[in-house]
Amino acid sequence: MRRLINQRPEILSRLLLAALPFFLAFLAYALASQARLAINPTDKLLPAWSTILDAINRMTFVPDLRSGDYLLLLDTMVSLQRLAIGVGLAMLAGFIIGVLQGLIPYVRATLANFTNVVSMIPALAILPILFITFGLGETAKVVLIFVGIVPFIIRDLAQRVEEIPHEQIIKAQTLGASTWQIIIRIVVPQMLPRLIDSVRLSLGPAWLYLIAAEAIAAESGLGYRIFLMRRYLSMDVILPYVAWITFLAFFLDFLLRGLRRVSFGWMYRGHM
Amino acid sequence: MTRVTVENVWKTYGKQTVLERINFETAPQSFISLVGPSGCGKSTFLRMLLGDEKPSQGRILVDGVPLQAEPSPDRGVVFQKYSVFPHLTALQNVMLGIELGQSPVLGRLFGRKRREARNLSREMLKSVGLEAAENKYPAELSGGMQQRLAIAQALVKRPKLLLLDEPFGALDPGIRAEVHEILLTLWRETGMTIFMVTHDLSEAFKLGTRVIAFDRRKTRPEELEAYGATITFDLPVMRKIAPPPGAVTSPAETEEAMPKVAVAG
Repeated sequence: MRRLINQRPEILSRLLLAALPFFLAFLAYALASQARLAINPTDKLLPAWSTILDAINRMTFVPDLRSGDYLLLLDTMVSLQRLAIGVGLAMLAGFIIGVLQGLIPYVRATLANFTNVVSMIPALAILPILFITFGLGETAKVVLIFVGIVPFIIRDLAQRVEEIPHEQIIKAQTLGASTWQIIIRIVVPQMLPRLIDSVRLSLGPAWLYLIAAEAIAAESGLGYRIFLMRRYLSMDVILPYVAWITFLAFFLDFLLRGLRRVSFGWMYRGHM
Repeated sequence: MTRVTVENVWKTYGKQTVLERINFETAPQSFISLVGPSGCGKSTFLRMLLGDEKPSQGRILVDGVPLQAEPSPDRGVVFQKYSVFPHLTALQNVMLGIELGQSPVLGRLFGRKRREARNLSREMLKSVGLEAAENKYPAELSGGMQQRLAIAQALVKRPKLLLLDEPFGALDPGIRAEVHEILLTLWRETGMTIFMVTHDLSEAFKLGTRVIAFDRRKTRPEELEAYGATITFDLPVMRKIAPPPGAVTSPAETEEAMPKVAVAG
């Protein structure tokens, strides 16, 4: 009998094994839901699949009675817009500051400790400050996402820049490169794929800040909706919303991974 | 014709003396092999020639002018690893030096200038036998090919000095001999001065016109910190092959026909 660490599943069993926990989770839900509904048919905690499908249908394809909006579409667009602006700005600022901090000793001496301290501030703790400063509109939410993830991106990028072998930077100088040329020809092209990695890791926290901000003060958005529905114990809406948010997060990650692979082929050559 | 003068160079890090009293002068178009045990400071010395490190005392002159205190295009370099840029193809790696020189803002050339740079770079690639690999990324090249690429990339700037830090240490013996031939040919054609740090004595004598050994004269544990390594052997190499056209045998080297052998301790 070979050791457990040396036994590898074949393709088919790998797929089945991967599907197993999902299947078990659904099964557990179905059984629990059935048991509760058998005792109390009006139970709202674990709604039946049919109730959930009704809710999905209502939120997706039926215009809201009061506003006439398709709520799922509206919430999705609003939330994605906040996320895109917040993450986009953090990406831009984080990249520029991170590269400079990683490459230029004077910038590092000035900023490194500051970014380290700022990154320790729990962003949610300053949410009240943001609401007081920027009001309850879009700005505060976008700023929360920005403030929440930008220190991480800066630190991550700066560290990746410092990991560029010193030999490369020396070699570039012997080829006559100025600081600016080193940035645009050597550092930036090698750091763009790292930026994508960094943003992928930041997306989790970004969603967290988005939902937190929407839960506290908003008029639409995925986070707003699930916290609104909590008042009515509408698990039939909350559960599909959570699944939808999970899917969106997964899909964004998938897109970024694809972008990395398509745009930065050099990282994948010769390592097959 | 480049002449390198090293005047009483010391290198210390805090209390630790790494190198002391290094003095020598090179003849034009020399190929100097620097040898010595690990930690004797030969790579530190090469980094000082490169401008990546500053001597703590003394100075290094190239053609009578003190070395610039940072790496510059008159000194090419090839390291054992990481000498080429992973995000550029072989051709782009060689073109980079030309592009950086001619385009300060974008670091890229377009149109006719780009074609000229590309043709010149293709010539360079051809001279190291990489013309078939111009569109490959470094990760797709073997170790020997990567080092040949690094040499081509450095030579496109026509440096006065080429500094090699154990460039062939990671190569198989067969590949190594191949790259040696290419390097010698290029050295004869360009007339530059080469400094090569190596662990391999046979390589040092095969390639070099002069072999300089660094070692510590004081090796008792309590002396290790206070005394650094210095030149313990300085041997000219007699060649069976004809000297390169235009090469001058320096008086300094002929005077030193008798090896100066120093006894350690």
